Amino acid sequence: MSELARTPLYELHSSLGARMVPFAGYEMPVQYALGVMKEHLWTREHAGLFDVSHMGQVLVRPRSGDVADAARAYEAMVPQALLGLGEGRQRYGFFTNDAGGIEDDLMIANRGDHLFVVVNAACKDKDVAHMTAQLSDACEVELLDDRALLALQGPEAEQALARLVPAVAAMRFMDVGVFDWDGTELWVSRSGYTGEDGYEVSVPEARAVALAEALLAMDEVEVIGLGARDSLRLEAGLCLYGSDIDETTSPVEAALEWAIQKARRKGGDREGGFPGADRILSELENGAARRRVGILPEGRAPMRAGTALFDGATEVGHVTSGAFGPSIEAPMSMGYVATGVSETGTALTGEVRGKRLPATVAAMPFRPANFKR
Amino acid sequence: MKYTEDHEWLREDGDLVVVGITEHASTQLGDVVFVELPEPETKVAKGDEIVVIESVKAASDIVAPVDGEIVEVNDDLADNPGLVNEDPLGAAWFFKMKVEDMSQLDDFMTEDEYKDMIE
Repeated sequence: MSELARTPLYELHSSLGARMVPFAGYEMPVQYALGVMKEHLWTREHAGLFDVSHMGQVLVRPRSGDVADAARAYEAMVPQALLGLGEGRQRYGFFTNDAGGIEDDLMIANRGDHLFVVVNAACKDKDVAHMTAQLSDACEVELLDDRALLALQGPEAEQALARLVPAVAAMRFMDVGVFDWDGTELWVSRSGYTGEDGYEVSVPEARAVALAEALLAMDEVEVIGLGARDSLRLEAGLCLYGSDIDETTSPVEAALEWAIQKARRKGGDREGGFPGADRILSELENGAARRRVGILPEGRAPMRAGTALFDGATEVGHVTSGAFGPSIEAPMSMGYVATGVSETGTALTGEVRGKRLPATVAAMPFRPANFKR
Repeated sequence: MKYTEDHEWLREDGDLVVVGITEHASTQLGDVVFVELPEPETKVAKGDEIVVIESVKAASDIVAPVDGEIVEVNDDLADNPGLVNEDPLGAAWFFKMKVEDMSQLDDFMTEDEYKDMIE
C-alpha cells in the first residue's frame, strides 16, 4: 500500500485525540474523544467542524473568459443544467458514463468568471483526468493542492462562522461567495453533506489550522470525525459514492432524478448531450428496474452494506449503507430493491447472520433536513 | 478476574463464570448500538461465536471462552446496549456459564498480564 497522504490539519487532529484511519488514500480522523454517537448528536444540536480537505477542489477556467463557455462544455459531461446556474450559486451533479452509470458525484459552483468544482477524494485523479480530456479545448482545469476544505455543519453554524465573517449570515442554501477573514481569502458555500444548515469553507493551507482553531474556540463548535459524518449523511438520505452509487448505478435507479434539470430532459432546451443520455432519458420517462430506497429494520440490529433483502422467498435487492441513526435512535439502511417492491411501506426482510429479519421500505431522509432556503 | 486474548473478562461466581468484555475492547469498539445474546440453556464449546456486538462502526463476535452451558444472559443489554461503553466491567456482563472443569480458567491471563498485552 502506498503511503497515506495527510491534510494540513493532521497535527491538529492528533493533538485533539483523533483516532486516525486510512480513507481514500488519506490518514483521516474517524472520531475524537466524544465518540461517533455524541459527535453526531452535537452536530444536530450545535455546530460540528469537519476536515474534508481530502476532497478535490478544482478550478475550471474558460479560455474565452466567458463562464458560459465553461458551463456549456461542462454540460457534455453531466446531466445537470449549468448554463442556467447563476453567478454565486452551486448545484449538485454527477459525471455519467456511456452506460448511464455514475462516475462520481460533485458540487459545481458558478463563480462569475469560472467554475469551482468539488469532487470525492477517491475519484479526484480520475475526475481531473476526465475533465482535462473533455474540456481542454474550452477550459483550463486545475486541481488545487494548496487549499484545505473545512465543513461547519449544524443549526449553530451560522452564528459561529458569522462571528468571523459576518456576511455569511446572509447566504442562502447553495450560495457561494468569496470573503475576507483577517486578510485571508475564504471561498464559502452554504452547503454540506449532513442534512443540516452549514457551510463549506475553502481556506489557504497555511491558514487552515488558524481557522479551525478560531472556530473550535467557540462554545458551540466541536470537532467531528468521519464516523459521525457517515451516520449524519445516511440519516439525511444522502449517497456515499462507491457505496450507494457507482459506475454501475444510473441516476434514476439511484433516485437522483431531482438533480437532473428540465433543460437536459426530453423536450428540454438542451436535451441529452451527456454520456449515457439514451438510457437516462428513457429511464426518466419509464422508470428503472430497480430503485434506491430507505430501509428501516424493525428491531435494533443494523442491516449493514451487503445485507440481502427479500420479498417473501424472493431476493429483491441488497443494502448499500447501513448503520445506527443516533438522532432517530434506530438502525437505518439504504439500498437497491426491485421497483415493484420500492413503494414506501413495503414489508421486506433482510438476512442478518443467517436470519431473515423484518424491515420496511421507508422514505428518505430518515430525519428531515434543516437547510436555510 | 481472568482475561482472554479476545478481550473478554471472566469472573468466578460460585460454580458459575460471568463473562464480559474489557474496557479496552469497549473503547476500541466505539459506541455499542446492538447486542445479540444466546438463549439460556445453550451448550457451547470454547471458541463458539455466541454474542454479536454491533457498534457504530461494525459487528464483532464474542466467543465462548471455555466449554460449558449458558445459564443466564443479561437482558438489560438488549434494551440498553450503551451499557457496554458505560460500565463494561460491571453492569454490562453478557452471560453466565456453568463450567464443569474450572481448571479451564487457569491458563487465562491475570490483569497484569492482560495489561502487558494491550500496551
